[in-house]
Amino acid sequence: MATLRAPGGSGGPGDSGQTATPLGGPAGGLYLPPPGAGVSGARSLRRMTRAIRSNGKASVGLGLLVLFCLVALFPGVIAHDDPSAEIYGRALGPSAQHLLGTTAFGQDIFAQVIYGTRPVLLIALGVGVSATVIAMLIGVAAAYLGGTWDGVLSLITDVLLVIPAFPLLIVIASYLHGASTGVLIAVVTAVSWSYTARQLRAQALSLRNRDFLEAARVRGERSLYIIVVEIIPTMTSLLVASFLTNALYAVLFSSSLQFIGLGNPNTVSWGTMLYWAENEEAFQTGQALWIIVPGLCIVALGAAFALLNYAFDEIGNPALRPVRSMRGKRVKRTG
Amino acid sequence: MRFVLRRLGFFALTLWAALTLNFILPRLMPGSPALAIIADHRGSLSPQALKVVEAQFGIGHQNILSQYLSYLGNVATFRFGDSLTTQPGVSVGRIVLDAIPWTLGLVGLTTVLAFILGTLIGIVSAWRRGGRLDSIMPPIFVIMTVIPYFWLGLILILIFGVKLRWFPYFFTYNITLTPGFSLAFIGNVLDHAILPAFTLLITTIGTWILTMRNTMITTLAEDYVRMARAKGLPGRRIMLDYAARNAILPNLTGFAMSLGFVVGGAILIEYVFNYEGVGYLLLAAVNNDDYPLEQALFLLITAAVLVAILLSDVATAMLDPRTRGAR
Amino acid sequence: MSSALGNGNLPRSPAERTAGTVLEVRDLSVEYAMEGGTIRAVDAVSFDLDPAEFLGVVGESGCGKSTLLFAIAQLLAPPAAITSGSVVFRGQSMVGLTDRQLAAVRWKDLSVVMQSAMNALNPVKTIEAQFRDAMRAHGVTSKHEIADRSAQVLAMVGIDAVHLKSYPHQLSGGMRQRSMIAMALLLTPELVIMDEPTSALDVVAQRSLMVQIKELQEQLGFAVIFVTHDMSLVSHFSDRLMVMYAGRIDEFGPTRELFDAPQHPYTIGLMEAFPSIRGPRVPLTGIPGSPPNLASPPPGCRFAPRCPKVMTRCQEETPELYHVNDTLVRCFLHAEDGAGHD
Repeated sequence: MATLRAPGGSGGPGDSGQTATPLGGPAGGLYLPPPGAGVSGARSLRRMTRAIRSNGKASVGLGLLVLFCLVALFPGVIAHDDPSAEIYGRALGPSAQHLLGTTAFGQDIFAQVIYGTRPVLLIALGVGVSATVIAMLIGVAAAYLGGTWDGVLSLITDVLLVIPAFPLLIVIASYLHGASTGVLIAVVTAVSWSYTARQLRAQALSLRNRDFLEAARVRGERSLYIIVVEIIPTMTSLLVASFLTNALYAVLFSSSLQFIGLGNPNTVSWGTMLYWAENEEAFQTGQALWIIVPGLCIVALGAAFALLNYAFDEIGNPALRPVRSMRGKRVKRTG
Repeated sequence: MRFVLRRLGFFALTLWAALTLNFILPRLMPGSPALAIIADHRGSLSPQALKVVEAQFGIGHQNILSQYLSYLGNVATFRFGDSLTTQPGVSVGRIVLDAIPWTLGLVGLTTVLAFILGTLIGIVSAWRRGGRLDSIMPPIFVIMTVIPYFWLGLILILIFGVKLRWFPYFFTYNITLTPGFSLAFIGNVLDHAILPAFTLLITTIGTWILTMRNTMITTLAEDYVRMARAKGLPGRRIMLDYAARNAILPNLTGFAMSLGFVVGGAILIEYVFNYEGVGYLLLAAVNNDDYPLEQALFLLITAAVLVAILLSDVATAMLDPRTRGAR
Repeated sequence: MSSALGNGNLPRSPAERTAGTVLEVRDLSVEYAMEGGTIRAVDAVSFDLDPAEFLGVVGESGCGKSTLLFAIAQLLAPPAAITSGSVVFRGQSMVGLTDRQLAAVRWKDLSVVMQSAMNALNPVKTIEAQFRDAMRAHGVTSKHEIADRSAQVLAMVGIDAVHLKSYPHQLSGGMRQRSMIAMALLLTPELVIMDEPTSALDVVAQRSLMVQIKELQEQLGFAVIFVTHDMSLVSHFSDRLMVMYAGRIDEFGPTRELFDAPQHPYTIGLMEAFPSIRGPRVPLTGIPGSPPNLASPPPGCRFAPRCPKVMTRCQEETPELYHVNDTLVRCFLHAEDGAGHD
């Protein structure tokens, strides 16, 4: 039955008390959109693909992401120099052989930027996936199991949520005396999962009593089945948002840790490039590109995730979409 | 009342969790780096400080439980020991207290400013939807939020500090000046604070703009806004009194919470600008393996967040008449 | 009393009442710009409203009745917009005016009552503050007048003035609804538009609210357009009834005539779906099928797919509104050219 909503309607998908909070972190607070209402599984996937194609922000974000993935997968195709080899002239400006010049140690900056893409992307994807999985398991379990389980899991989540993430990361990383890529993934995941766990739990709670679940229960399906087959697909949009958010955090957190020297300074990554550049006072010595370019890459990759996230928010909450003006069709004053 | 008690209980629990983390972490790390450093610097510590450090790090002959209890006791009485390496022999408490005002000043003021400006821009941006500007601005705001603080700081140093030489970019004030409330000194402090403040402002304002804009948009679709239009109320009154007043409520909670992150949030900015606040100190401590200082700072930052959350809960309760003594 | 408030409790004298019609709507169409195309929610609706007339507008969800209401009050927001037609209120054309231009007329002559007072009242302002806003916006500035008038309108709907200091959430559902009606009468308008004001209430409260509205209407002499899906409820109070279906008027006439002898198959179907409590027991009949998808409406008569009396003509041409006594019916069965009967 096609029902028309009255113009404007009263309120979009329920806010469930969650608000977008800028959380302290290496990039002045990230805008994390509140969870949108879930739509049932397969229909939402189809809707999503259609929506992505028509939404400008999503297309740009996706395009950037794909670009970075390609660069990460095939760095050798684009950059022909060895990023770590300190064989070139030191601190050269940009030229035909060295598109972005060389570092104070004689490494080709362009090669470093290209090869540095892979570790960053690995961390982003690694954290995005694992934080989302953990958040989903804990959030949904807490919501579905209820009672004391819920109390305990929620308490752990909330406590971890409140303890400031970046300082904690610094403290942990300092005790480890530097962290490799794998360790970075683990540590950033540990610090990030709690935020999305809370959102997922809230949504799972609101879904818990919906009719289609009641039907499954009456059919006699077991809890695990219900959780995996019925609940989780409905939460797709929130899961995607969670992945994007955590990936974004990961890029910024890990780059920041590397910048202050708590990553592994011997790996080639955007963050470590900035670390060395700062150490060698790149600005004073006129090697501005050494600092500018890796930073721009971080912004670009971060923007890709953030734009996709924002676009998803618009898709879930149509009220936020750019307003299409009907000026051409409006009737002029009569009489 | 019961709600308040539950919240306080939660905070106590979180504080305890942070303390315990602080206690466990050094013991988990391979190689006991803490012990090595402490052994090196034993000589510069006063006897009381030594006792505190030993309890914290497990040196000495007590079993782990009594170490834990003495550790908790020390924290409760604010005995954090002395700095090992950053300023050897100076009490941690003293060092931290010296740094706090700088951070509060820079980050606190800038956060407030970013919130006020960002909220206003968000309100107007939502009210004036539909223009050509409306499809470009929000993505720009989104991109603003992902810019890493530290990188922006470096860029601004390059442009305004090195190339144009408009502002200084090291330390909190020119060390040749004597601190005091003289105009010259204050002027100098402000001069040094401009670049870091500007960096912080740009990177944080985007979030406030977007959150306010989004809540405004949802609020503008509410029936009572339509009713206000139907009553023929002037546009500005609807925008502010009906829409913004309701839209801002959830954002105020976020704001109060972000104040808590003030203390720990600008670590990288202070680092880049060598601005001697709490964040800078934390990184210095980390780089110097100054564990007592590091731990005290971490606890301080966590406590600040908790206080801010408590304040934000109180603020929400006071501002939303629905939660105020609702029947 | 200042003129902004009208004559307080007195009905407007004949000299003050608009000569002629209060509202003239001609060929009004409203469209929504959606992703897949435009949806025409209101399709060429025309009617006149006399002073102090009580017009009931009924129909299923999605038939466009609420959209019509908001279109008349110029309260549509994107993606909805009026795409053709005119709305002339007291001789003044309303379509295309800006909010600022409309402000002079709004509330003073035309006010609105919405479905849910909980949503329609600002949750962070007291009732008296919201009353004050409306009055101040129309030139009433004296604190005394504002306070007096606020207490007065509340008394009209049977609420004690002490509740002025309350916030909306502190009042009961029925009280909220009534204070919304009181607010609509602050400046004694000529026309009050009501969008399902009783739907959120229980049956008993519904009835008493309707009675109160009717009393106030007779006392103060304002016209009412009352939108609802509950035909039986409104028919006790309305002078004329308008039945809408899929964005169009299907039947429109004096309530008594329409009720006693419904002409359109849709109206007949609606009436038969509400069996009378006192009448003989009849098997319950509904109307099979569901309203059309307005993104791609059926050709010809929009009710044809569900009509028990459908003819071939119905799916090819769109019926006009034909006269049956004082009622207008959009059905070929009553076409004047006589070709309606197979």
